[in-house]
Amino acid sequence: MAKRTPARAKDPLGLRRAVSGWLLPGLVAAMALLAAIALGGAEAAEALARRWEGGAAAAMLVQLPQGSDPAPAAQQLAAIPGVAEATAMDQARLSALLHPWLGDATGLPLPAMVELRLTSTRQAEAVQQAIAEMLPGAAVEAHGVWVARLSALARSLQAMAWLTLALVGGLAAAIIAVATRAGIAARRDTITILHDMGATDGAISRRFAGRVAWLAGCGACCGLAVALPLLFGLGQLASPLLGGGLEMPWPALATLVPGAALIAWVTAQSAVRMWLKRLP
Amino acid sequence: MVRLEDITLSYRRGENPALAGLSCTLEAGSFTWLMGASGAGKSSLLKLLQLSVRPSAGKLFVMGAPIHSARRQALPGLRRRIGIVFQDFRLLPHLSVLENVALPLRIAGRREAQLMADAQEMLRWVGLGHRMEARPEALSGGEQQRVALARAVVARPALLLADEPTSHLDEAQARRVVSLLQEMHRMGTTVVVATHSAAMTEEHPAPILRLEHGRLLSHG
Repeated sequence: MAKRTPARAKDPLGLRRAVSGWLLPGLVAAMALLAAIALGGAEAAEALARRWEGGAAAAMLVQLPQGSDPAPAAQQLAAIPGVAEATAMDQARLSALLHPWLGDATGLPLPAMVELRLTSTRQAEAVQQAIAEMLPGAAVEAHGVWVARLSALARSLQAMAWLTLALVGGLAAAIIAVATRAGIAARRDTITILHDMGATDGAISRRFAGRVAWLAGCGACCGLAVALPLLFGLGQLASPLLGGGLEMPWPALATLVPGAALIAWVTAQSAVRMWLKRLP
Repeated sequence: MVRLEDITLSYRRGENPALAGLSCTLEAGSFTWLMGASGAGKSSLLKLLQLSVRPSAGKLFVMGAPIHSARRQALPGLRRRIGIVFQDFRLLPHLSVLENVALPLRIAGRREAQLMADAQEMLRWVGLGHRMEARPEALSGGEQQRVALARAVVARPALLLADEPTSHLDEAQARRVVSLLQEMHRMGTTVVVATHSAAMTEEHPAPILRLEHGRLLSHG
């Protein structure tokens, strides 16, 4: 039976010692943790924006002219294109809503109201125009303006999360480049000897890239393992705002480990090849 | 095997060239002593021959390939056909003696089982069959030089270069290393050995390439 090759023979550059097995994975783990949180943040901001745009913004309250009957008006309003649902608000519910301001002043006349739910916020303007034509004198209360602001805020948060993700990726590449250069500096003589023996740039850079990608992948695994419970916790905290639990961005999270390894591989390859260009 | 035509080698602009106007031919299968005082250009010439530097001017042909104009990607293949024995051994301290010797075969992409057998055979040839698993630092200077020689010849190079291979060795060790170099020559390898030792060249007569201040003084 063939004798097994010792592990160190497969590592002629001695990279197990030259490229630290703790520092690089530790830093990449921190980067992966930040990236996972940024991904979770982006997902939460997206869900909030979706909910606000499709929830409050899609609701409309119509105050009918004095003396109007809300039930037939609701039927009329339901026929307007873009209206998903029209509900006549009964007097008891209206009284209950106004109770904090009016107290038990039951003698006051209350307006007839109809609640509308739109199919999309984009229909709001057309629906408002149709109501004005159909029921002259009706007043419409739309929540579009403040919801649009909240939605813009959520979209900005989402953009910031993506920006953070890009920065984390860039920072990870910079850290890996520095670690690779440190490894090259530590093994300069060995690299030169292998080069003089006829090792190709590709063969030398592959060894560096393989080692660094492995360490970065391990680091990203650890970072992700720490991030997942945090994300679940944050999702629980955000669930009242989202109207349910935060949906985990599984596909994006699943790309973190191979992504970190790929960034490490490409960065190490280019750093080593650039250095090797100095040799004839 | 090697042809130099009006070769100049300068490491930095404005400085005196390490080699100037050097022209000579080393035939395939020859054994050549390379002599000269310190700073005469012996190491620079060996660096040129091992393709560690390229000439600043002139033409250099090694194994028929025009090194002065060859593409960078073409050089590793040629380097694998050149064995080098360094003055300071340059063994990799984190590898065992056997792994050091197996290195050129691994670089050449030989199969694992075959390369280990070849490396073991080579270590036995230099008389170190009993030290295969030792680390280089555990060996004497003479033993390290023999490991370096085994590593240089394990891939059966066409051209073997040795830079002062006996300078750190006692007389007995030096004789042993030179006789191994001559054995390689007898097997058909072109050998170039840089040395200070006139006694050695007298003891083992062969053509001498003499350098002085980077210029060829005599060859023959």
